[in-house]
Amino acid sequence: MFGFILRRIGVAIPTLLLLIVASFLLMHMAPGGPFTQERALPPQVLANINAKYGLDQPVLVQLWNYLSGVIFHFDFGPSFEYPDRTVNQVIAAGFPVTLTYGLISFLFAVLVGCALGTAAAIRHNSWLDYLAVGISIGAQVLPNFVMAPILVLLFTFTLGWLPGGGWSWSDPSFWIMPVIALSTSYMASIARITRASMLEVLSSNHIRTARAKGLPERKVILRHALKPALLPVISYLGPAFVSMITGSVVIDMYFSTGGIGKSFVDSALNRDYAVMMGVTILIGALTILFSLVVDILYAWIDPKIRY
Amino acid sequence: MTKFLMTTALALSFALPSLAASVPEGTKLAEKQEYNFWLLDAIKSTDPAKNTDVEGSDVLRQLFEGLYNEDGTGAMVPGVASDYTLSDDKLTYTFKLRPEAKWSNGDPVTANDFVYGWRRVADPATASEYAWFIELMNIENATAVVKGEMTPDQLGVKAVDDHTLEVKLTTPTPYLIKTLAHTSTFPANQKVIEAEGDAWTQPGKLVGNGAYTLTGHNLGVDITLEKNDNYWDAANTVITKATGITVNDINIGLTRYQSGELDRVDIPAGQYPRLEAESPDEATSTPYACSYAYVFNISEKGPEALKDVRVRKALSLAVNRDVIVDKVLQGGQKPAWTWSHWAIEGFEAPENADQAKTQEERIEEAKALLAEAGYGPDKPLDLTIQYNTSEDHKKLAVAVQQFWKQLGVNVTLNNVEWKVHTDRLQNQDFEVARYAWCGDFNEASTFLDWFRTDGYNSGKWSNAEYDQLMADAKTAADTKPIYKRAEEILAEEAPAAFVYHYANADMIKPDVKGLPLENVMNTWYLKDMYRVAE
Repeated sequence: MFGFILRRIGVAIPTLLLLIVASFLLMHMAPGGPFTQERALPPQVLANINAKYGLDQPVLVQLWNYLSGVIFHFDFGPSFEYPDRTVNQVIAAGFPVTLTYGLISFLFAVLVGCALGTAAAIRHNSWLDYLAVGISIGAQVLPNFVMAPILVLLFTFTLGWLPGGGWSWSDPSFWIMPVIALSTSYMASIARITRASMLEVLSSNHIRTARAKGLPERKVILRHALKPALLPVISYLGPAFVSMITGSVVIDMYFSTGGIGKSFVDSALNRDYAVMMGVTILIGALTILFSLVVDILYAWIDPKIRY
Repeated sequence: MTKFLMTTALALSFALPSLAASVPEGTKLAEKQEYNFWLLDAIKSTDPAKNTDVEGSDVLRQLFEGLYNEDGTGAMVPGVASDYTLSDDKLTYTFKLRPEAKWSNGDPVTANDFVYGWRRVADPATASEYAWFIELMNIENATAVVKGEMTPDQLGVKAVDDHTLEVKLTTPTPYLIKTLAHTSTFPANQKVIEAEGDAWTQPGKLVGNGAYTLTGHNLGVDITLEKNDNYWDAANTVITKATGITVNDINIGLTRYQSGELDRVDIPAGQYPRLEAESPDEATSTPYACSYAYVFNISEKGPEALKDVRVRKALSLAVNRDVIVDKVLQGGQKPAWTWSHWAIEGFEAPENADQAKTQEERIEEAKALLAEAGYGPDKPLDLTIQYNTSEDHKKLAVAVQQFWKQLGVNVTLNNVEWKVHTDRLQNQDFEVARYAWCGDFNEASTFLDWFRTDGYNSGKWSNAEYDQLMADAKTAADTKPIYKRAEEILAEEAPAAFVYHYANADMIKPDVKGLPLENVMNTWYLKDMYRVAE
């Protein structure tokens, strides 16, 4: 197992490097630069800015400077779009917000999704099953950019219960709508996957054996069915977890949370190379890390799996 | 400005009182003087030398104060300066600063703070995107300093004493005073900036000389301003606290206004008539100094057809401006037959025969012009309109496609993202492109300079008479006839099809007073505002 983890880390580092180099070069190949504007800057002004940010050097030199800054100093450079801040500061301001509403959404989606899917499978073809399937299909087809304005209209304008957007660390009422809007479709997917997989497990031989030896149904489900039924869910959860905690541009846009989901999209559109690279590296590293976590969880849950 | 020029060399002083909130007598003020305003996006910088956007300027104008401010009609009123004198050759301005002006930390605001601030913008080490603004002001040695050929201390700005600022220009600049309310010209506190470095713009560290101080800033969420008791006119400042709240979606912004979270918000395109009918005391529309156009590429890289003035004229005539303004935008915008915004101070539009015609007559004339140029059913004209991603630009482009179809012109629409659009505009990689320009100050040259041969001029149109007129305007005593003639040339030559002049349609809570509803620059100052008791 340890050998496996070491091997995976050994592969992860070159993967991340490749990701950095590829995104860096692609970004620089896109037309327009961070300071391309409607009113073209006079050449002398542009020259000063390029000199300050090192954009006057050949792309490969820039790449090397960037890499060495990241690797040796953990410095992701200054932001072009937010001249008062460094990329580290931009991410430090936005990522905790995204992480908070993402984590809560994740827990909510997993708990409700698994419960809904399991209940539906156990009461297969009953009203509970239809209700659960109905909810998850409904939640899946309602995109969050449709749901977000509806939530604001309902909870802020009509009922006046919740603030219509923004973020506060001390007041969790700001967190509720982002969590609902972000978690719903994940919850629906988890419910569907759990239900399908649970149905399959429930008809398998070892469950029949468990029932045959007279185990109470509750124990059959919890001890023998749930673990194998969760395997497909877990392979879904790895990437879902990363995409939830790294935010969603839709949630950030509609609820103005200040999260990094919007910074990421903005940085690409504004050619803010530094912020774009910083968030790419963050998401890339988390993706690699959590796919490793998923593999380890797999081995833990399913003793048949050996690395 | 012209009236100043006619009285050159005279010591000029403004008789107007300072313009803090002028609450009419007998007004009952609300108990809670707080104001929540809408921001579309994050405030990217609170450094006057580094800010580049309109919302950033709105915030900076509360935190700092320049030599002059604008009043509710757009006229220049004294800020830190109390008056100025202009030398005979119109090249040296001497500003008297009010001695009672203070920084938010209690230090006096001196002429040196302006010298430092302006040098800082021009200094290559600052790498300010608005360094060109110091060049635009024609301050002596500005370009050499920006280029790094001279040191910042050679910039033509000098503190004669603590309260006297001398500014030397390379050429007479009739609009100079109008540039002095711009955020790039705000003073800077050298002591604080040198002590704190890049962190000086953070809440708690930022020291400004405006009527408000920065007390909170959550990037992309909100920004909080509170009354600065050290401001020289603090006694007349009514609003105690203001919060800029970012709502990235304009429709959600409106919902949040309606639920009471915001006191002012932009009205989404097309919704003004409905809101005006529902809440006439809240829906407002103010002319805003921006013009929208379709620019023709006349450069070598552009299509042959657009080099023919008859084709350009025909295309311009066929754009049904009334439909765009009345049916698509519906927010108080006006059809444009000139490049300069109609409400710009001291601007008088020339008579335009086309404007008086009906759209049917214009289409007839356009067809005739195209036929004359050799385009018709057997030789149809194919053009591509390029626009940047936006629902509104798309609506207009589709409309123009239909207008030009009436002439037998086949239009392909090409939607590109913003950076690609600007990149192609600047490299003349387009045929017809959507474009808009917003004035930097309230004077027509801020628009007309665009079409100079060495102006931004993405279509590379060039006209010697026009260039000469714009050069003459710099020293002319009366610029009105010059700008009029320049607009006539633009109408004859049609380097672009002007479409409409902007208006800002806003929802404003009825108890909020003091917002500039007649200022075409839409420059607002919290210190002029107050809330009345309902």
